[in-house]
Amino acid sequence: MTRTLFVPCDSVSVGLDADKVAELFRLEIFKRGLDIAIVRNGSRGMVWLEPLVEIETDEGRVGYGPVTPDDVASVLDAMLGDGRHPLAIGRPEEVPFLARQQRLTFERCGIVDPLSLDDYRAHGGLAGLERAVALTPGEVVDEVKTSGLRGRGGAGFPTGIKWNTVMLAETERKYVVCNADEGDSGTFADRMLMEGDPFLLIEGMAIAGVAVGATQGYIYLRSEYPIAFAMTKRAIEIAREAGVLGPDVLGSGRAFELEIRMGAGAYICGEETSLLESLEGRRGIVRAKPPIPALKGLFGQPTLVNNVLSFCAVPWILSHGGQAYADYGMGRSLGTLPIQLAGNVMHGGLVEYAFGITLREIVEGFGGGTRSGRPVRAVQVGGPLGAYFPEHMLDLKLDYETLAAAKGLVGHGGIVVFDDSVDMARQARFAFEFCAIESCGKCTPCRIGAVRGVETIDRIMAGVEPDKHRKVLDDLCELMTEGSLCAMGGLTPVPVVSALTHFPEDFDAGVRSAAAE
Amino acid sequence: MADYEAWDADRAARIIAERTHLEGAALPILHALQDTFGFIHADVTELLAQALNLSRAEVHGTITFYHDFRPHLPGRHVVKLCRAEACQSVGADALHERIRQILGVEWHGTTGDGAVTVLPVFCLGLCACGPAALVDERPLARLTEQRLQGALAEATA
Repeated sequence: MTRTLFVPCDSVSVGLDADKVAELFRLEIFKRGLDIAIVRNGSRGMVWLEPLVEIETDEGRVGYGPVTPDDVASVLDAMLGDGRHPLAIGRPEEVPFLARQQRLTFERCGIVDPLSLDDYRAHGGLAGLERAVALTPGEVVDEVKTSGLRGRGGAGFPTGIKWNTVMLAETERKYVVCNADEGDSGTFADRMLMEGDPFLLIEGMAIAGVAVGATQGYIYLRSEYPIAFAMTKRAIEIAREAGVLGPDVLGSGRAFELEIRMGAGAYICGEETSLLESLEGRRGIVRAKPPIPALKGLFGQPTLVNNVLSFCAVPWILSHGGQAYADYGMGRSLGTLPIQLAGNVMHGGLVEYAFGITLREIVEGFGGGTRSGRPVRAVQVGGPLGAYFPEHMLDLKLDYETLAAAKGLVGHGGIVVFDDSVDMARQARFAFEFCAIESCGKCTPCRIGAVRGVETIDRIMAGVEPDKHRKVLDDLCELMTEGSLCAMGGLTPVPVVSALTHFPEDFDAGVRSAAAE
Repeated sequence: MADYEAWDADRAARIIAERTHLEGAALPILHALQDTFGFIHADVTELLAQALNLSRAEVHGTITFYHDFRPHLPGRHVVKLCRAEACQSVGADALHERIRQILGVEWHGTTGDGAVTVLPVFCLGLCACGPAALVDERPLARLTEQRLQGALAEATA
């Protein structure tokens, strides 16, 4: 009987030589005349173990990792023998990092063959879409409302309300657009899903199309993700051939077509109106709102724009019911958040957990502290526009309201860990530098404010009239917050102000020069 | 490395014509042209303006807005180094300085022998195993000088 061996093809694994590892396994298997098939799966999200190679056994799948090309022969020996090997980790589900998670959106990622629709279906896939096509659009939207799902892209707007607005818009043509421009540093959940479980996104978008009455969908993906692009493009073709997409979605008589488009290297295109401009073939410049895209979006038509994670939460919600999803979480932050744990951390990766978990449980419990072994000094939560929190604030609960009260944001759920070697003045300077490089230029506070921000912090760091320039900086941050057209300029002060508030000593030129000696 | 064709206006016109039916066709067309020729030739502005019934100014604005579209051929290999926060937290800044010193290039520069162009990027989604890079579209995690040299040697082989 053919056994299956799994070697991930996720970008992280490929970046750690997984292609070579898979090729060497293929050779070894051929040389030894074994009946073992290789599946290139996604990642389970235990990044420090990648490439995490698994083999089917009578006790389920067991894993070995991180497997380098040099380990292939000995790992195969172990797989054929008693399973003992220095890299053996046992059943991946039993590794505490995975065992303690609450995986809904990521329940299949790393387990299934990303391009096998049969495998997807065998693991519960398409149940949500099957139910959706049997319901009325209003009933589908009601399930999403009941779930309490809020946009996982960063803004946190109630998803059901957005869907309702597009559903009620009366027009010939509507669009569903997936924002897959995952540009925030420290985030990779969208990429992992598109590489490890692309049918999930397709199913989520098809449910949205059926619910709001859109017949055309677009996925706008950043060009920095070539593997996610290839995988999702192929999955769309397979879904169309199988009738999951096309003129007659699952035999429902309703049409939904889907196309993936590649961005061209512009962080601002993660802002939904810039993204729409870019999809229309223009400069990715922010549009003033109103009108909101739900009423006047792509090509002037009502358009539902959601993030990858928002769409990917929907199949579970439809198949298990909105209330089951809402039973996770706290307050007005319901359901689970795919948290991306990154930076200087021992056990980085993907942690899906209900809202309300503390930053400490993530950074220390799941992450195991820093990779460098030095003390944690700061964590940045929510991407380059998110706040830096000091170690003593790690007991903050991860939910929209708690973080907002602490002058931070959940963003796309990324957490980047820094040890005590971090220079917070440099990090604040970088926030402005990044904004200056990536600003679309439409509004003055963002375009010019970011450049002024870099200059002003340089002066403070050099000790040039620090009190005066500190006032300039405060003024600038207020102006950008209040006066910018979109979240890019409006939130750039968040990392800066948090650095100034929690790490003032790093901005003191006297302390700086003493530290440099 | 990518095998680029020499610039050919007729070929470009065909690539454009094959895609004008797409909604918002400009980006797919520009990607296809750059994938074929390695860069966006100056004549593309006029060709695209005619094909999409836009002003040349509009097309020029679009091409120049995006970091990806370049007006000249890059080196035989393109190395994109991630400069974002997650990579900074594991020493990317110092590593980049050493790499650029070894290669003798500044950001956006190409080595004297035309072998390698070095570009900054902000996040490749490999944030839990940085520092990260893309070498000719192939991801590279836990980057070191040695790993980059190995990847470049492999890409050249």
